[in-house]
Amino acid sequence: MIVELGHFALILALLVAVVQVVVPAFGAHVRDERMMRVAEPAAISQLLLIAIAFFALMHAYVTSDFSVLNVAENSHSTKPLIYKMAGVWGNHEGSMLLWVLILALFGAAVALFGNNLPPTLKARVLSVQASIAVAFLLFSLLTSNPFVRLDPAPPDGNGLNPILQDPALAFHPPFLYTGYVGFSIAFSFAIAALIEGRIDAAWARWVRPWTLAAWMFLTIGISMGSWWAYYELGWGGWWFWDPVENASFMPWLAGTALLHSALVMEKREALKIWTVLLAILTFSLSLMGTFIVRSGVLTSVHSFAVDPARGVFILAILVFFTGGGLALFALRAKDIQPGGLFQPISREGSLVLNNLLLVTAAATVLVGTLYPMALEGLTGEKISVGPPFFNMTFGPLMIPLLIALPFGPLLAWKRGDLLGAMQRLAFAFLAALVTVVTVYAVEHRGPWLAPFGIALGVYVMAGAIIEWANRVKLGSAGRDEIVRRATNLPRSAYGTLFAHFGVGMLMVGIVATSAYREEHILAMKPGDRVMVDGYQVTFTKVERGRGPNYTEDIADFNVKRDGETVATLQPAKRLYDAPPQPTTEAGIHAAWRGDLYVVIGDAQPGGGYAVRAYFNPLVRFIWLGALFMFFGGGISLSDRRLRVGAPARTRAAMPVPAE
Amino acid sequence: MTRKQKRGVLIGGGVATLAIALILVLFALKDSIVFFHTPSDIVEKGVLPGQRIRLGGLVEQGSVVRGEGTTIRFKVTDTLKDIPVTFTGVLPDLFKEGQGVVAEGVLDGHGGFKADTVLAKHDENYMPRDVAKALEAKGVKLGASAHPGQLKAEMP
Repeated sequence: MIVELGHFALILALLVAVVQVVVPAFGAHVRDERMMRVAEPAAISQLLLIAIAFFALMHAYVTSDFSVLNVAENSHSTKPLIYKMAGVWGNHEGSMLLWVLILALFGAAVALFGNNLPPTLKARVLSVQASIAVAFLLFSLLTSNPFVRLDPAPPDGNGLNPILQDPALAFHPPFLYTGYVGFSIAFSFAIAALIEGRIDAAWARWVRPWTLAAWMFLTIGISMGSWWAYYELGWGGWWFWDPVENASFMPWLAGTALLHSALVMEKREALKIWTVLLAILTFSLSLMGTFIVRSGVLTSVHSFAVDPARGVFILAILVFFTGGGLALFALRAKDIQPGGLFQPISREGSLVLNNLLLVTAAATVLVGTLYPMALEGLTGEKISVGPPFFNMTFGPLMIPLLIALPFGPLLAWKRGDLLGAMQRLAFAFLAALVTVVTVYAVEHRGPWLAPFGIALGVYVMAGAIIEWANRVKLGSAGRDEIVRRATNLPRSAYGTLFAHFGVGMLMVGIVATSAYREEHILAMKPGDRVMVDGYQVTFTKVERGRGPNYTEDIADFNVKRDGETVATLQPAKRLYDAPPQPTTEAGIHAAWRGDLYVVIGDAQPGGGYAVRAYFNPLVRFIWLGALFMFFGGGISLSDRRLRVGAPARTRAAMPVPAE
Repeated sequence: MTRKQKRGVLIGGGVATLAIALILVLFALKDSIVFFHTPSDIVEKGVLPGQRIRLGGLVEQGSVVRGEGTTIRFKVTDTLKDIPVTFTGVLPDLFKEGQGVVAEGVLDGHGGFKADTVLAKHDENYMPRDVAKALEAKGVKLGASAHPGQLKAEMP
């Protein structure tokens, strides 16, 4: 009954969305206020209806209602409650329902908090947002309906893939989708503004918080996925350049570019055409990612051709919104008035460079992701494009980006002083130099370029602090003055500090882990020991254990450093009941200097185990860096000037001189 | 600088960045892609020893030899031909006799294959996509669990 109610609510949501597309758009066209105002209640009821559908499905999962095909295929009665709930989005149909739920959530948020928007713009934004919802609700209902019944109901379900039964992965999709789908708002704003024919600094001010929120969630979603891969897949790797990862990384790169170009537009009214184009492209990459992950094209180009309904449907959605958006852009872009002028060496110039490099990097990732699929489709030849491709293409583009990064905030708008910025960055150059020398002195292994990579990260971190120190006049003003300036600095300045500092940390972590990882593969019996980067690791015993829905062999490793026990690691090999599938659980001892990471393989005839032990230096910096970027985004979002619905303060009232 | 010159700098910078990226992509596509072959492909297409490839097929029943050390031997078969593979390390969770596998490495020139990576990445139907497709193309009948969609049919 509840399942049918959910199904019905989803159909009703589709009808509401159709109304939300048509009525407000027509109302905005004929300037009828009552018709335009239909958008708000429509957006909110659309959200409520999709939420009813979503929770109806969740109810079926929690109560293990195996008469629902989707539940029978993806759940099992003995699964812990949290994974029954997370199981809702651990499959194609359910994850598409989550997709539309988040889409509706953003639409309703604009309806509720977008009070300062001009009524016609608001009506059009919500209309465009609803048109995306119509497309995906149709997709869900016609090709991926999660509410299909199964008769007779099987006694128990197939279960959720055990490697997905993990806390980090349970919450990875909601965060990731919030980011992915959140860029739809930037898209809707861009299309609405193109229809409206009015694009100015105010537009950028409205778009930026939504883009920032989406970007934050995408950042944390991607890093959760990476963290999960690190400890769950048992390879000690954290990024594989897998098409599924790339699918979320491309919108992130474009979204990062969009955040920065919208900044230029808001402050200087420049780059208007580019920012609008970027808003369209960013969401198009989100749609492209959805296509790659959800169409079956990944399983095989071949299987995609055999069962094309889903793939062709998403492809049609992608073509309609990207093609339609770009066509409208081509028609209207020439009417956009060019904005403020600037010299190449200026804040604007540095942000253009940022955009150029980020978008080019996204394009190389796109080529590396689509080329194998295209080649297989056209010639039948199968290739894999792995990390070497991306290291050769993506890597070199990041170097100038990171070198230029600290300069940006130090250059003035319109016309910057490059030499002055270099002088202010002297301390950062010095920090980089000291890093190179220190790393060479400490580490003799690894590629010769690695110390420079770490130094580049340190330079970015130092640059972020220098910018802040500069603004509070650290070193030149008195203590009280510094405190006063530090407290009066807008929160967005702290956001920049944290986010840019995080980028530096991320770089340090990536280079250190990739270049100086220590790896041991050996056969060990209880009593054997191995030295891993100064840790004495002793294999003590293996025991058989039983979890809620699995049996496991848990090994015990005693870890000593300088003769003292610092940790006991318990890597395990689990065998789940349903589906019967093994997983590897890594034993990790985390410290600032790096992670000791131990996994066991299968038992060998002589009573031994194959053991992999790694030391991953500074690997925590990767996720810590991402966390800093997330918090930086959050601090920036809480800035009064950006807060959704907050009245704009006049420039004169601002406590800090204009940047 | 005049407006025109400024625009020139922007466009020039953009074109230069794209050109560099294009050159990098072309070089990378030439040097760093890895072709996928089944054991019979290797014979048919004359893959040379030392060339990095991905070898895909099924792990032959009864062929896995785990020694006391960390080197593991097994055979990869597409039911027409098989190739002995050596691999040093810990096998992935889903490595199993009779099931699909992808090994990355080089031919050793003596009829064997030396893998440095073994993938048993797969979808929920226990078969890496490259393997399933390549085997089907060779007319190999796969077990029920290997076919996408068969899970539904198996349920009561």
